[in-house]
Amino acid sequence: MAERKIRVLVAKPGLDGHDRGARIIARALRDAGMEVIYTGLRQTPEMIAEAALQEDVDAVGLSILSGAHLALVPRVIDLLRANGQDNVRIFVGGIIPESDVPRLVEMGVSAVYGPGTSTQSVVEEFRRILNQPG
Amino acid sequence: MALSLEFNPHTVMTCDPAFSRLALSRLLTEVENDSPMGHGALSLLFPLTGKAHLVGVTGSPGAGKSSIVNKLASLYRHPTDSCPCMKVAIVAVDPSSPFTGGAVLGDRVRMRDLCGDPGVFIRSMASRGALGGLAHATSAMVQVLDAAGFDLILIETVGAGQAEVDVARLAHTTLVVEAPGMGDDIQAIKAGILEIADILVINKADRPGVDTTERALCAMLEMAHPSTQDDAFRNCNAEGGPAVWIPPVLRTIAIENVGMVRLKQSIEDHRHYLLASGEWACRENARIRAEMEALLRDTLMARWRSGLPSGAYQSAMNALLCRSISPVEAVERLIEQN
Repeated sequence: MAERKIRVLVAKPGLDGHDRGARIIARALRDAGMEVIYTGLRQTPEMIAEAALQEDVDAVGLSILSGAHLALVPRVIDLLRANGQDNVRIFVGGIIPESDVPRLVEMGVSAVYGPGTSTQSVVEEFRRILNQPG
Repeated sequence: MALSLEFNPHTVMTCDPAFSRLALSRLLTEVENDSPMGHGALSLLFPLTGKAHLVGVTGSPGAGKSSIVNKLASLYRHPTDSCPCMKVAIVAVDPSSPFTGGAVLGDRVRMRDLCGDPGVFIRSMASRGALGGLAHATSAMVQVLDAAGFDLILIETVGAGQAEVDVARLAHTTLVVEAPGMGDDIQAIKAGILEIADILVINKADRPGVDTTERALCAMLEMAHPSTQDDAFRNCNAEGGPAVWIPPVLRTIAIENVGMVRLKQSIEDHRHYLLASGEWACRENARIRAEMEALLRDTLMARWRSGLPSGAYQSAMNALLCRSISPVEAVERLIEQN
């Protein structure tokens, strides 16, 4: 029996067109031995939830630089739950004001990463959170 | 992680669509991970398989495989001709890192047109160390999707070079996608990937060099089928049925949706040819036999390994590495010990 690989969806919801951060995270998770599904730019929450469902991922990473995180993140979380994927962990990266972090965590986000976060610490935290029982 | 939703093959697509798709998705994970639950489900589902048309799409990295899959799936969902609308599943394989085992699976990026369509199911897979262009579990995942009622299953390989030909064994119809300007005429007469094509596609046909590429591919086909005339790729025998299939060479520009209707027509022609000539059954039988033999080999190997005294493998390996025995002697020694 093959070991269970961690599968992560990395997605860019909304309208900002900068995916350098998302690509760096995708690459770092790949180098940590995970299978990363990358969906590309300008995804709607519906597209992200559909991809998460079809790919049966353990986590969804959302990269948002547009300031719309408080609108987009709850929408994605609601859709995941509506599909029965309550156990999928949500990670958010990008330009997120410090003061919004508690609200995102309250919505069910596992961790929020801003500029300057080391990829090493992201990988370690992913592993730690995903290995906890849901 | 336990499968929390019961997967019943007879009801999978009939109950609440969101939840049955989740059950299907989780089952695909179990099958991909080769788990006991996956094995059980495969046994249960096997009698329901054999209905879908399996179409392989292979070719070099960047030739446009994902874009072609995207447009083909759209066409099958929204036919422009009188063909019925089909349910389409896509299995897209991308390579795993040989060092970390990780992977970036990016085929979905080109498949945005299919979002929100409940008649489409896209699943990305990492190759997980397999070298033939597919992953070890691709065939089993295709069986699950077949049993789940998808009429057409598009199987996209990793970007293939010359020797990644496993897809031809799995698929009924194999598309080999090339782009203009890749290599000279000698590439076209080498053995390998071009030989497995049922349909040759020259994508990005608005690029320079397309005439040269087309000439090289047509010349290759003429050498393989010297008796055929220019327009005879649907050669007919006395009864009017297809006698021999000569792979057509088709030009497409997938992102602009150019040539796709013609490509779909070719895929349908090939399906009719396979059914009329009896080759559909031949290919199915050859595939099932090959899969059964691979499974037997893996199972025997696993069983033999589990019966080996602990440390025997390592000590034989150590003797081999310091060159005190040869690889042949090492194998003999291990076989004797079990």
